Amino acid sequence: MKTAVVIFPGSNCDQDVIHAVRDTVGCEVNAVWHREEQLPEGTGLVILPGGFSYGDYLRSGAMAARSPIMGAVKEHAGQGGLVLGICNGFQILTESSLLPGVLLPNKTLSFICRPCFLSVENTDTPFTGLFEKGQVVQFPIAHGDGLFFLPADELNDLENRGGAVFRYVSPGGVGGDEWNPNGSVNSIAGIVNPQGNILGLMPHPERASEAILGGEDGRLFWRSVASFLEKGGRRHGLL
Amino acid sequence: MDFSKYGIRKEEFAAAEAALGREPNECELRILGVMWSEHCSYKSTKHLLKHFPTRGPKVVLGPGENAGIVDLGDGLGAAFKAESHNHPSAVAPYQGAATGVGGIIRDILALGARPVASMDGLFFGDPEHPRTGHLSAGIVKGVGDYGNAVGVPTVGGKTVYDPCYNENPLLNAFCIGLVELDKIVSSQTARPGQLVVLLGSKTGRDGIAGAAFASVELSEDAKESRPSIQIGDPFAEKMLIEACLELKEKNLIVSMQDMGAAGITSSSSEVAAKSGVGMKLHFDRVPLRAADMEPWEIALSESQERMLLIVAPEHMEEVSSVARKWELDCAVIGETEEGDDYSIFFHGEKVASLPATLIGDGCPPIHWPSEKPADFETRWDFDLDGLPAPGDWNAAMLSLLGNPSMTPKRWIFEQYDSMVQLNTVSGPGHPVSVLRIKGRESLIGLVFDADPWKCCLDPFRGGAETVARTVRALSVAGAEPLGLTDCLNFPSPEVPGQYWALEECIEGMAAACGALGCPVVSGNVSLYNETKSGAILPTPVVGTVGLIPSPEDFLPCGAWEEGDLLFLVGPCNPSLAGSLYIRSLGRPEAGRPLEFSGEAEKDFSERALRTARKKAAHSGRALAGGGLAAALAKDSAESGCGARIALGIPTRKDVVLFGEGGARALYSVPMSRVPLFKAIWSGYPCLELGRAGGDVLSVGGAFSLAVSRIQEIWRNN
Repeated sequence: MKTAVVIFPGSNCDQDVIHAVRDTVGCEVNAVWHREEQLPEGTGLVILPGGFSYGDYLRSGAMAARSPIMGAVKEHAGQGGLVLGICNGFQILTESSLLPGVLLPNKTLSFICRPCFLSVENTDTPFTGLFEKGQVVQFPIAHGDGLFFLPADELNDLENRGGAVFRYVSPGGVGGDEWNPNGSVNSIAGIVNPQGNILGLMPHPERASEAILGGEDGRLFWRSVASFLEKGGRRHGLL
Repeated sequence: MDFSKYGIRKEEFAAAEAALGREPNECELRILGVMWSEHCSYKSTKHLLKHFPTRGPKVVLGPGENAGIVDLGDGLGAAFKAESHNHPSAVAPYQGAATGVGGIIRDILALGARPVASMDGLFFGDPEHPRTGHLSAGIVKGVGDYGNAVGVPTVGGKTVYDPCYNENPLLNAFCIGLVELDKIVSSQTARPGQLVVLLGSKTGRDGIAGAAFASVELSEDAKESRPSIQIGDPFAEKMLIEACLELKEKNLIVSMQDMGAAGITSSSSEVAAKSGVGMKLHFDRVPLRAADMEPWEIALSESQERMLLIVAPEHMEEVSSVARKWELDCAVIGETEEGDDYSIFFHGEKVASLPATLIGDGCPPIHWPSEKPADFETRWDFDLDGLPAPGDWNAAMLSLLGNPSMTPKRWIFEQYDSMVQLNTVSGPGHPVSVLRIKGRESLIGLVFDADPWKCCLDPFRGGAETVARTVRALSVAGAEPLGLTDCLNFPSPEVPGQYWALEECIEGMAAACGALGCPVVSGNVSLYNETKSGAILPTPVVGTVGLIPSPEDFLPCGAWEEGDLLFLVGPCNPSLAGSLYIRSLGRPEAGRPLEFSGEAEKDFSERALRTARKKAAHSGRALAGGGLAAALAKDSAESGCGARIALGIPTRKDVVLFGEGGARALYSVPMSRVPLFKAIWSGYPCLELGRAGGDVLSVGGAFSLAVSRIQEIWRNN
C-alpha cells in the first residue's frame, strides 16, 4: 500500500497521518509538497490530511483545492485510485468537487475537539472492509467547519446509494441530535463517492490508532485500506 | 528635552546621557523608552529574581535565553517558558490572547526546538460582571484559533474566576518544545561580518511600543491603547515554524531571536549585546506593509510572526530559497561588525547610534519602597467557632462543585485542539497533562497552577504553596520534577504594600524551589495589573515540567475500582484560609494559609513517586482547590464509582473536607496492594477513609450525593 500524504501550506496533521499509517501498516509513505505536479510512481492511496491549509482564509479548503498537486490527485482518482480526505482534507475534496456537499461552520459556531462515537454504515468500501456493519468506533473530532450539508434531493441520492459511510451516534450506536456534535445533516460524519474510491470524513482515525493515546479503532481503518489494495489494488468496475 | 513623554525617568535620562557623552536624539529616546520599560528591562524585579535557584542537575539552559531547557535524557531537551499577555488581552481579548500564544511559541522556536504543546492560564472576573462574558469568550477563542491553526495542541491549563480580574483579566501562555541538545540554537553566537536577516511577515504599524503600554496601569479609555495591540496570523506562524526548523536542520542559522516586545530593536540589540558584536541596520530594507513609517516606528513595531536570523554570507542564497518555499518574506536588513555600536540607518542617514549593551542592560534598577501593609496580621484573624458548619451539607457540596473555578471547563478546552501531533496521553481536564515522546519510553508531565487567594493572605506562604502544588501533582502522577517556569502577575510596584507582597511571594517561591530541588529555568514578570477600580491579587503562576520514566510509571487519577480502599495521606489539619469553600460562602478571605514545610513536602514527593513506580495504587490525586471534598467528588465522577467514607477523626468535618494546603493526596488502593501502600507511607500521616463502590458518594455525618448527580453538574461545564 504505497501511500502519498499531500502537504499544503498550513496542513498540520500530515506528520500524524504518516505516523499512524506507518505504525499500523508498515508501508511506504511519501510526503508530497503541494507544488508538485506528479504523485510518486505506484501510489495506491493519496491522503489529504487535516489542518488549516492557507489558514482557512477565504473558506476552508478553497485555496488548497486549487493547488498544483490537485491535478494529479484528480487524475489518480479518475483512474480509480484511492483518495482519502480527513477533516481539512474532506473540506478540500468538497471544494474540488471530488465529493458532493459542503462543510459549514459547526452548529455551536465554535471549534470542537472531543472523542466521538461513529457507526460504520457501509462496509463495502475500500476503507471499511474489515469493520462490521453497524460497528461503533471512537474517533476524535477537531474542527470548526464540520457541519456536512447537502440539499434534500442530493442527500436522498447519497443515502440511497449508501454514500454515508460514517454517522455520529451514541456509544450504544443510537443516533440523535445529542450525539451529533456539529449539526451535520443526518448526522453524517463521512461520505464516499459513487465509485467508492474517494472517502472524506471529519473525524480523525489517525488520532485513534494507538492504545497509549486512548484508542485503537483507527487501526482497522488503515488495515482495511491495506487489505483492499493487497487484494486487487483498484476499485473493481472502474479499471 | 522632555524625556518623560517617552516614558523615560530623570535618572534614566542621566544614565543615557552619561553613557553617550551627549543628549540622545528623539529616535534613540523612543528606543530607550521602550527597551527600558518595565516589560523589557525588569528594572523593578531583576534584583528580586536573583533569589530563585536556577541551577540543577537537569538544567541545560537557565533564565536569560528565550526559554529554559531541561535534560530529558539520551540527548533530548525540553525547552519551555510561560509568558503573560495581560494588557493586550484586557483591551482586545481575541487578538491579545492569540498573539500571546503566538509569542510564546516563537520563544520556543528561537532555540531551535519544535513546539509540541501549550497550556494557558486564564484569570477572569466575576462571572456575573457584565464584561466577563465578552472578555472570557474572546480570550478563549483567541487561544484556540491560534493554537489550533498552528498545530500545537493546548493540553492543559488553569482557569480562575475572581472579581479582582473584572477589568484586568490575565492571559498567561505556556509552551514546551523538544530539541536535540547538540542542536540548540542560541542568541549569543553571532560573529562580526555576518548578515542580519528578517524572516516572516511584513512590518506594519500594529503593536507600536506595546511593551511600554504593558508597563503602566490600564487607562480608563482602553480604546486609546488599540494601536498598541498586535494582530495575529497563525498561518504565517505555521510557515515560520516550518521554515525555521528546516533552516536549523540544514545548519544555515548562526543565531536566532524571536521578535516579540519591542520588535526589531529588542531582538537585534539582544543578539548584538549577548554575542559581543556591533550591528548596522538599514531600515530602508525592511519589508513594510504601511507607507511612510518613521524609523522609530519600524524599530519598535511589534508586528507578529517575524524572526531575526544571523546568517553567514555564503548561506544567504539557500536561506532565501527555504523562505520562498514557505512563502515568507526574507530580507537582509544589516550586518554584524566588531565592537559594541548599534546603529540604524534610514535613507542613507544615521538616525540612531547606541552601545548595544546600553540598550539591554543600561537601565538603572529601581528599588521601590517596600512596606508590610498595616492591616496585614489582622487579615489572619479568623474565628472558626464563629463559622457554623453547613446546615445542608449536600447543598454546600453542590454549590462548591458548581463554582466556576471548580468545574472542569469543558466549554473552554473543547475549543482547543488538544490532540494534534499525536502525543497527548492525558489532556485537559486533568491535574497533570502527560505527553509521550515518540520513539522513547519516557513521558513528560506538565502542570500549570496558581493560588492568588493564599498569596493575598500571606504572600510568602502562598508563593511557596503555588510551587509546592505543582510538584505534588507531578509526584503523585509519577513524574519527577525537572524545572519550572513562572509568570509573576502583580499590580503596580510603586505602592509599597504591593511591592512588599511581590518580594514576599518571590521569597516563598524560591524557598519551595530550593527545598524541592525544582529550579526556575525561565519566566516573565507582568506588573501594573490594575485599573482605577482596583488591583489584581498577587498572582504568580507556575508551570512545572516532570519526567515519567515509562508509561507503566504513570499513575492516573479518577481511576477507582469497586472494592478499592481509599486513603488520605498527609496531615488532617488543613486551613480554610483562602479556600474555595470560604470564598464560595461569600465570607471575607480571612485566616492564614498553612506554613510551608520543605521537609514534609520533600518526604511526600519521594513517597508519592515510589507509590506510582511500585504500582501501589490504582488512582492518585494531590489535593488542591476545594480540598478533600473536591478530590473525592472529582475522582468519583471520573471513575463512575461511589464510596462510603467515615472520617474517624475529631477535627471539624468542614475543615477536614474543605480545608486546603499542605502535602496531601487521595489514593485508591486495591486490597492486594494495601500492605505495600501502607509500608510506603509508614511514618507519614495516612488515614483510611473507606471503600470505593456503589453509585453514591457519601461521607458519614456530612454529605451523600449520587455519582450521576456530580457527573451531571460537570457534564456541560
